[in-house]
Amino acid sequence: MIEAVGLTKRYGAKTAVYNLSFQVRPGVVTGFLGPNGSGKSTTMRMILGLDRPTAGHVTIGGHPFRQLPNAPRQVGALLDAKAVHGGRSARSHLLSLAQLAGIPARRVDEVLGVVGLQDVARRRSKGFSLGMGQRLGIAAALLGDPQVLLFDEPVNGLDPEGILWVRNLMKKLASEGRTVFVSSHLMSEMALTADHLIVIGRGQLLSDMPVKQFISANSADFARVRTPEGDPAQREKLSAALAGAGGQVLSEPDGALRVTGLPLPRISDLAHGADVRLWELSPHQASLEEAYMRLTQGAVDYRSTDDRLAHLQAPPQPGQPGYGAPQPQAPSDVPQQGWYAPPPPGQNPYATAPQAPAPGAPQPPAAAPDAARPSFQKQSDTTEDAR
Amino acid sequence: MTAPTPTPTPPPPYGYVSPIPVRRAHLGDALASEWTKIRSVRSTVWTLGTMVLLMLAIGLGVAAIASGEGGNMGEESALPLGFFGMLPASICVITLGVLTISSEYGTGMIRTTLTACPSRARVLTAKAIVFFLLVFTVTLVVAFVVATAQVAMVEAAEPTGAEWARATVGAAGFLALLGLLSMAVGALVRHSAGAITVMIGVLLLPLVAGMFMFASALSGLREALFTYAVPSQMIALYSAEPPFSDSGPAGWEALFILMGITAVALGGAYALLNSRDV
Repeated sequence: MIEAVGLTKRYGAKTAVYNLSFQVRPGVVTGFLGPNGSGKSTTMRMILGLDRPTAGHVTIGGHPFRQLPNAPRQVGALLDAKAVHGGRSARSHLLSLAQLAGIPARRVDEVLGVVGLQDVARRRSKGFSLGMGQRLGIAAALLGDPQVLLFDEPVNGLDPEGILWVRNLMKKLASEGRTVFVSSHLMSEMALTADHLIVIGRGQLLSDMPVKQFISANSADFARVRTPEGDPAQREKLSAALAGAGGQVLSEPDGALRVTGLPLPRISDLAHGADVRLWELSPHQASLEEAYMRLTQGAVDYRSTDDRLAHLQAPPQPGQPGYGAPQPQAPSDVPQQGWYAPPPPGQNPYATAPQAPAPGAPQPPAAAPDAARPSFQKQSDTTEDAR
Repeated sequence: MTAPTPTPTPPPPYGYVSPIPVRRAHLGDALASEWTKIRSVRSTVWTLGTMVLLMLAIGLGVAAIASGEGGNMGEESALPLGFFGMLPASICVITLGVLTISSEYGTGMIRTTLTACPSRARVLTAKAIVFFLLVFTVTLVVAFVVATAQVAMVEAAEPTGAEWARATVGAAGFLALLGLLSMAVGALVRHSAGAITVMIGVLLLPLVAGMFMFASALSGLREALFTYAVPSQMIALYSAEPPFSDSGPAGWEALFILMGITAVALGGAYALLNSRDV
């Protein structure tokens, strides 16, 4: 059990983590998500007593890490796979850690077998690939057979077999009753591995809930409807009928319609009533990635812009649609990049603020001054299809 | 999302108990760990190997020249010749001392280490003990071999027991303390190149600076720089009387001065290591 209360860390004027409170419970895999620079690694370092919080505290099993009796036997961590002396062999590295923690030396060979590095145990870790380094880091975390495990980006650089192995390892460790806290940027991986999610953005807690609840709270499911190709009249007719029945209709680039606010049978009835044939009527459930993007889009610090090679382009001719000037269409296009429909009202004030800058709309405290700027900029970027 | 796995019944906090017997780690474990660390990197072998070669080659070379010249050392014994090997050896020791700790910062290994042992003072103590004993033992053996050869090769006064002690135990202690001081500086600076530069500066700069202080107003400072520079201290270590002026340290006093400086630097390293983020 990891418990953080009001955790705050400032580096000079920059606040890396602000007033973060959460609990990580044993028996489940808890995912720790957030954009780059959102304070995940700082939080992990504070949990491990490496960085001292400016305010608040974090405990493991009721004790701050540095006061834990037998800390290495209770907590294992992979912070940075490259945090080994490259001149030392894998075995010597693990042996020195085992000796430091009072763990029997035969455990070293055991964990080397667990992570599959027994054949290169005597090679210097300088020559290790990213994936081998990652395995060595996981071996170090498992060395003390601890009850609490922290992994920062454990699947970075692993091959598909290794990713599967890590996924199963996390689940197995949690099923044994251990506390497993994993940060990652791979949403598909998190969706498969984690049971519970803690999401932070700009150092503040955005969400702390089970994965399933997280997805449903931060995404709007929709139905995809496709009318026969080459017959735009039918499409117009159907979207008019659906809009008339109270549904929201958005157009997808390949001609399909994205319908929200109407159940599937009702869409079918409306189509039948309007005498429109359907080629597709499919429910679409949002992925964890969509839910995550929607939640964190206002809290992203480092966002890429399109490389337009602007100075090499001929100036757009008048009357010709250029970049950044989306032509109004009916029904309106589905935004393709960087914009997600807001979640149901009242669910999450953070997610809606930057896109719906209604006067008096709740704003995320830290993100308020500049959060609106990048997302507005993004909205004008959406002519380019990133897919 | 995949099919939901059946939710396990929430186990009690700390549901998992490791079958590996739990015992409290202590300083002895940290010593074993630091010994594993220091012997499993090549920089240890390289720096100590270079040091041994330099001490032997220079010590024997100087003895050969001294005996070839046929000059009489007068009332002096042959042991002070050992000084010539100590100066280059000290550069090797400084490098190893700094690297012992700063390489952990450079690679990020320090975070892994402090996760495995939250008691930072224990880690630094273990490092200091292992490093000191290793350097002391190696330099003691080499200094003894060189001293024996020099006494045998050069015609000079028979050294007394006290002279023997200073030229072997004293010299080894001086080098090991210098290395320990480097380790403390490495822990304070946390950067290999920076810490080595600082230590080389401490070693050589006072003499070089003193050399260019011609103004008579600075003669007091110049005298102090010459007397207390590290190489002068090494020379002082070999002689019973202050070698340069009437005052100043001689014999074991040189070692005690270095001991005091090292203690202060190590104290600062302890305090900072405990309070800083890593």
